[in-house]
Formats: sequence, C-alpha cells, structure tokens
Amino acid sequence: MFRKGGSVRMNTAETPFEFVTVSYLTRIGNQSADTLAELLTGLENCSDASIFHHTYQTLGSHHFLTEGFSNDFAQWVLADTNRNDLAEQLAALDIRDYVSIAALRSDLCRVLGDFCAGFPHFARQSALERFYFCESVEVTAPLGRSARTLDEFRDGLAHLSHAGFYFHFISSRLRLQLQTNDFSHWLSDGLGLQTLADSVNHIDIYTNTLDSSRAKLLRLIDRERRKT
Amino acid sequence: MSETLAVTRIPLDDYAELLGAGEIEELRALAKPLRGRSIQMVNSTAVGGGVAEILMRLVPLAEELDLNIKWEVMSGGEDFFEVTKSFHNALHGAPYHARQRDFEIFLAYNERNRAALPLDAEFVVIHDPQPSALIDARKPGSNHWVWRCHIDLSHPHRGVWDFLDTFVSRYDGAMFSSPEFSRQLPIPQYLFYPAIDPLSEKNCDLEPEFIAQILTRYQVDPHRPILTQISRFDRLKDPVGVIRAYRIVKRYFDCQLVLAGGSASDDPEGAIVLKEVLREADGDPDIRVIELPAWAPLEVNALQRASTIVIQKSLREGFGLTVSEALWKKKPVVASAVGGIPIQIIHKHTGLLAHSVEGTAYQIRFLLSHPEIAAKLGEHGHEHVKENFLITQKLKRYLTLFLTLARSS
Repeated sequence: MFRKGGSVRMNTAETPFEFVTVSYLTRIGNQSADTLAELLTGLENCSDASIFHHTYQTLGSHHFLTEGFSNDFAQWVLADTNRNDLAEQLAALDIRDYVSIAALRSDLCRVLGDFCAGFPHFARQSALERFYFCESVEVTAPLGRSARTLDEFRDGLAHLSHAGFYFHFISSRLRLQLQTNDFSHWLSDGLGLQTLADSVNHIDIYTNTLDSSRAKLLRLIDRERRKT
Repeated sequence: MSETLAVTRIPLDDYAELLGAGEIEELRALAKPLRGRSIQMVNSTAVGGGVAEILMRLVPLAEELDLNIKWEVMSGGEDFFEVTKSFHNALHGAPYHARQRDFEIFLAYNERNRAALPLDAEFVVIHDPQPSALIDARKPGSNHWVWRCHIDLSHPHRGVWDFLDTFVSRYDGAMFSSPEFSRQLPIPQYLFYPAIDPLSEKNCDLEPEFIAQILTRYQVDPHRPILTQISRFDRLKDPVGVIRAYRIVKRYFDCQLVLAGGSASDDPEGAIVLKEVLREADGDPDIRVIELPAWAPLEVNALQRASTIVIQKSLREGFGLTVSEALWKKKPVVASAVGGIPIQIIHKHTGLLAHSVEGTAYQIRFLLSHPEIAAKLGEHGHEHVKENFLITQKLKRYLTLFLTLARSS
C-alpha cells in the first residue's frame, strides 16, 4: 500500500493469502489426575500435543464461552477441585504471550507447583471428577481460495468456517513462532498495512467469540477500505 | 443373512442454513483427498438403538461427499444376541457367570459373518463388541481397521473384557465417547462423541401450533413453568428422584413436572419402575407421567421445546444424548454429573450439574429465579452442541480419522 496526494491506494500482494482449514482428532492419553499434585505430575510429563489440546485447541472448541473459560486445566481446578484462586491464576495465562509450548508448560507448572508447595493438604485432596490428559492430532486442508487484495481477503474471511478462522487467528501463533497471527502477518508483510495488522492482533480472543472476533476484523478491514 | 443397507439421500447443503456455508465447504475440503475411497461401517442392527440411528444419517452424508461408503449389518440368531446382551451388561459391570458356550457362540457367528461380508474396504469401522472378532478377516497390511465402542468400559467384567481385548488390541485404533469410558490399550484411542442430527424429526424446528397441540394432548399447562425429564422408565434414570426434587421446587414455584419415556408395556422392569413412579407421584395433578410410543420423535421434540427447564437426573449414564437434544433447543439443563453428561454440561457455562436430589432442586430453583441466566446457559449450550455434538461434526471427525490413518501408512 502507498499514499499519493493524501489518498490511499491498495496494493496487490506478491504472495497470496491461502485460506486453509483444520480439523482435530482428540487422542485419549494414558495419564489422568485425581488431585492437584497428580495434575502437576501430568503437566510435567505429558506431550506437547496434550498441552496444545488443553489450552489452544480448547479455546477454539469453546470459543462461545467468553466469561471465565480459558483452558481445560483452569476449568477442572475450578469445577472439580473448587480452588477458585488457583483456577484464576491458571486462567490468566494468555496463550498470546507464548510462541512455544515449552514456555507455556513451564508457566503452567510454575503456577501449579507454587500452589501445591504452599498448600500441600489441598494438593492431595481428591477431585470430584478425574482429569484426563488428551492430545490433538491435527489435519489441515486447503480451501482452494486465496487473496491478493484486501477485497479478496475480506471475501475469503467472511466465508471461513470457525475452524479455519481459529487456525489462522489462534493456533497460527505457534506455527509462526511470533506473537502475531496469520492475518496480521499477511496484512503487514503482504499488503504493508501495519496499522491494520496491529489492530487485528489486538482483538481479544478471550473476551470475544470466533464470530465476534471475525466481525471486529471485518469492521477494521471495512474501515481501511473506506480510506481508498 | 448379513446385509448391505441402502439409505435415503440427505442433501448436505440442507445443513448450510443452520451451520453456515463455510462449515459445509470445510467438510468438502477435508473429504477431497478421500473421494472414491472405500469405507465400511459394520454393526449388528439395522433399526433401533443409537448406533443405527446415527449411521442412518451419517452414511448418506458421507455419500454426499463422494466417499464410497457402505453400511453392513452382521447377522445373528437369538442365541448370539442373548450372548451379546449378557456381554453388554457384563461390560457395564453387571454380574455375569462366564460360560464357555457363550464364547463359542460369539465366535461362531463372527466366523459366519466373516465369510459372508466383503470386508475389503480401505477403512473398516466396526461398531461395538458384537462384530469385534471380524478383525480375523483382516489381511495383513492391506487396510485400516478401527473399533468404535459406544459403551462405557470403565468397570467391565474382567473375563468378558479379557476375551474381547484379544480382538480389540489388533485394530489400528479404538474410539470411545468419553476418556472415562476407555481402557488401557496398546493401540491409539480417540475421543468420538455421539451426535444428534439438527434436521431429524427429534431436533428440527417445530411450529408453535404443533407444540401447543402436544401440550393439550398431554394436559400440560403452557402458562406455568414446565420441568421435563425425557427418559425410559429405568431406575438408573432416577425418575423417583426427579419427583422428589420437583416436590422441593414446588414449595417455591407453581410448576409442573413432565416425565416422558418409551412405553413400559414390553419391558417387565420398566413396568415395575413405572408403577414406582406413579406411586411416588401420588395423584399430583401437576405431575404428568407420559408413556410415549417406542418411536415418537416429534412428541419428544415438542415436549423438550415446551419445557422451561430440562432435567437429566441419571444415577448412571452412557453419554446421555437427551442432554444435547435439549441444549440444541436452547433449553437450560440441570443434570447429574455422571457418564458423558459433564462433557455436554460445562458447569455454570452450558448448564448446571448436580449430585443429589437436593442439589437438583436447588439448581432448578436458581434457574427459575434467574431466567436471564437460564437463557444464557441455553444459548451457550446450543453453541456447544453446534461446535461438538452435531452429526456434521461427527462426520468431520471420521474424515479426520481416515486422513490420519491414511497418513500413518
């Protein structure tokens, strides 16, 4: 994009944005936890795919819950062990702050480990229901739609399924190893729309559903298009 | 005789209005690499029961995606189904005295079906224990076999499970409805939720006039709160406990209770439970105990849609799909935290869980006092079902499984 005489003209990206969708198979793991201490052991030893499943993936499959649902660990601590304080700390870990599962695991273990060390009697209490560690097995599929301009991008975005939107907007952070998402990355690198890219990246995925996130994104794009 | 079932076409695009065109486009994109590849679903009954009900809808939808899918039903005599029923109960933890003859009958019928069924598809999905020994028909390395277990194996009879395990462990994977229902197995285990069909008679939208007509037929007052439990008359569904919870609620709210389930006339135990229920109801004019015909999807649909709150106070449960049916209709649900119910009811997000008669009554009172919270739970419950427990999601899960299996080879 470049400005000429105060007006804004849209660029055509050299590399198109390719819309992709994703589907996850949930694999049941061999670990489960009946106490907070066991949850900690599980967190220390489970696979990266398991951490991903219970944090990133669960945010996608429960995107419609915007009031206090953050990840499976926090939800289990709240509903099955009744430790509201610990649940809040676990829920406060924001996946946008991480570009690796290792770093996220480390912080989950730190929060839980500190609690177990501080309250060993709570750490050993049985939960109402067990926590079962699962893993996500990911399959992606190209949707056969691409965009080189902002108009084409908007059109593709409007037609994207929830899973496709989740793939580009949430799980992409790990793939890119950057604190951004596919959309912002392309808007910035492909079209040179850095301000728009930043605004898109600031949409709160915890307090918005996938639908309301998409609606905000579309509004931001429309505002940008009106500048032309 | 074993048979290949023909199913009625269901246009996939019919779902686009409910789910959005993007979701249908996504199914087509995932199915593209699987076009024309062969799949066989094998179970033991063509009609009746949840598995047949699901396959009846799933198979035509898979055909819409150009998958070469067939549904085979194994054959068996009365002796076979008596044995498999006792196995089924034993796997649920009921007492069972193992007899060598039972295992021989089981193996003999599986062998007979192995000879009769062309088990040569690239992906073979065997449903439940009855046809599990068909795995002996597998040629080494030629195709992918997976076992879909629809029952709760958390506390199985040791002897029966050890026998089945010799077959199950030879599959490429096993699917369970809840992690809690699974076993420690040497093969990958996947989570596969049961599903409801939003376009089926049990779940489709209904005209308000039809709902009103059903309420009139069963003498339910549409102007006062209606609490409903839809379940067969079975002690494990705790209908007597539901009445006791209702009586507590009744002290505070002028409400009605509807207990509706399949006819108990051909089920001796059901008839006994029905008597217990009527005794507990004690002629209360606000308790409607309704014996529905064996197949009454529209009546069930109407009663659920007319309800203020839907209850599922089971003492033990499989997955409990009636919960998803109610959530799909945006109903607030109060249910026991047993079996697959906590997967559907995320406490305080998509419904309320309870652990006792008193707890059930309290949650109902809370929702009757806070209709705005009840409405929100119903809305979230609807979204939860849309995202996780619809037949289209189940189809997507199967596509993902087949793609994963194909990738692994």
